[in-house]
Amino acid sequence: MRITQGTFSYLPDLTDADITKQVAYALDQGWPCSVEFTDDPHPRNSYWEMWGLPMFDLTDPAGVLYEVNECRKAYPGHYIRLNAYDARYGRQTTALQFIVQRPAEEPGFRLDRTETSDRRVRYTMHPYALDRPEGDRYGAGR
Amino acid sequence: MSAGRWSAGVIPYAEMGYWRPDYEPKDSDILAAFRITPQKGVPPEEAGAAVAGESSTATWTVVWTDRLTSYENYQGKCYKVEPVPGQDNQFIAYIAYDLDLFEEGSIANLTSSIIGNVFGFKALKALRLEDMRIPTHYVKTFQGPAHGIVMEREYLGKFGRPLLGATVKPKLGLSARNYGRVVYEALRGGLDFTKDDENINSQPFMRWRDRFLYCMEGVQRAQAATGEVKGHYLNVTAATMEDMYERAEFARDLGSVIVMIDLTIGYTAIQSMAKWARRNGVILHLHRAGHSTYTRQKSHGVNFRVIAKWMRLAGVDHIHAGTVVGKLEGDPNSVRGYYDTLRLDKVEADPVKGLYFDQEWASMPGTMPVASGGIHAGQMHQLLHYLGEDSILQFGGGTIGHPMGISAGAAANRVALEAMIKARNEGRDYLAEGPDILRAAAKHSRELDIALSTWGDITFTYESTDTPDVVETPVSV
Repeated sequence: MRITQGTFSYLPDLTDADITKQVAYALDQGWPCSVEFTDDPHPRNSYWEMWGLPMFDLTDPAGVLYEVNECRKAYPGHYIRLNAYDARYGRQTTALQFIVQRPAEEPGFRLDRTETSDRRVRYTMHPYALDRPEGDRYGAGR
Repeated sequence: MSAGRWSAGVIPYAEMGYWRPDYEPKDSDILAAFRITPQKGVPPEEAGAAVAGESSTATWTVVWTDRLTSYENYQGKCYKVEPVPGQDNQFIAYIAYDLDLFEEGSIANLTSSIIGNVFGFKALKALRLEDMRIPTHYVKTFQGPAHGIVMEREYLGKFGRPLLGATVKPKLGLSARNYGRVVYEALRGGLDFTKDDENINSQPFMRWRDRFLYCMEGVQRAQAATGEVKGHYLNVTAATMEDMYERAEFARDLGSVIVMIDLTIGYTAIQSMAKWARRNGVILHLHRAGHSTYTRQKSHGVNFRVIAKWMRLAGVDHIHAGTVVGKLEGDPNSVRGYYDTLRLDKVEADPVKGLYFDQEWASMPGTMPVASGGIHAGQMHQLLHYLGEDSILQFGGGTIGHPMGISAGAAANRVALEAMIKARNEGRDYLAEGPDILRAAAKHSRELDIALSTWGDITFTYESTDTPDVVETPVSV
């Protein structure tokens, strides 16, 4: 399966040139970028690990792409996403968020069902990869 | 005021203090702009004063009991009457109301005053409430959207693009089990939301509880298939508040992120559900069922921009607000005005968009506008251009009618949307190049390719009934 979180998951994976254009757009809007990674892609996992702080003062898209690539080197088997943050009054939230690396194999999620009374079923989404310890979930070490 | 003011009998409203051309509205006044069409022989100032009177303290004759009150404070004051350009017998009457006239945080009370009696008034041929300025003093007495745009996006984990939805079709007749199939397929294929239609409540062919169970199975399956948060607007509209609470609580307990109500349940019920939605962490979707009966005709009724304003105050997270390009009424400039009213914190008066007053929302969260009705993937560039990023695009027929199936229809819409956002961010002139961008995206998406060849040329070009009076003068660049 392919996890389709983020703004561009239904398009072919973005190239570095594509990523640079999106970063340039974000920086033009005054949105600082940040890089995050995880091996727990459950949609309710809000807090992916931060690859350093948001790059508040960086104005060159190449600098952001450099950090994306450093993160890729350190975590070749993880999900990595790029965020652009809009700190304007009245927004103060993420403005753009897209995946820039995904594991070679995405096993996806199992749906556990607990049948309760009155035909109700409680569902729990279980990422298959979570059965292995953190850092060892997608077979690429780290 | 002359002694004649208090003689028993009937005197013109203008002479009773309701026409006040010298009045300077206070920051705390509620202001209203009415489009009035007076009966023959009624001067526009008198007609404006009559509206001010009948929507505040006046009755048809002089009453001495006014003199027991500080009546000047409670009188609505018509302070300006302007002829409508290009119309023989239409005027915009501006009326100021003191804040004391209204109960805090009550749309029912606000509307009972402003549109309570006056619309049937014989001295007017027609009357339309065009816009209102709600002072921040009054804005702050309302809860506002249960979550608002920012919180909704964070809760769903979806940023940087409009959200996508679809209404399950056919709207009537599917069994609960078949209905849930449509939900599952559309969400798995790439939509964020599916939706009950306004008239899906609890009918003999599908009872609400069965529908909720099957829809939530579809939602949960689609979440597992995509790794995304998904939702189905479970319509909890019912005959009584007790029934609605029962259904909403059941939806919440099943894990639904959103419930839905219809405008037909009434303002008070909407405010009750908005409080329930905030208390329970469930997003609240409003379908504007019935609004066209009073919003569409230009000379009589209530403009939709006023309804939009009331509903943001009342506290809904979503409201249908027009598509511009789809099958339902919606002039582009008017629709921009509605969208601004719902989303911005400060909205400036703009006659081109039909906005008569500056409106400050004092940080009240925005309501997400929903575009629904006769739209398809081939219009994605226009939809993004007219409606912007904080919107929900709902493709019912444009998803379910896809020749390869519902899931393929959903994927086509999602691919088209993401391709358009990508192109826009890359700085392309996406409105002009839209069809090229879509064709290029279709090269790696057979679903989009088929969608474009099925619906690519479908347009709904009828003239709008409801348009602003002022037309933008094109400027040469």
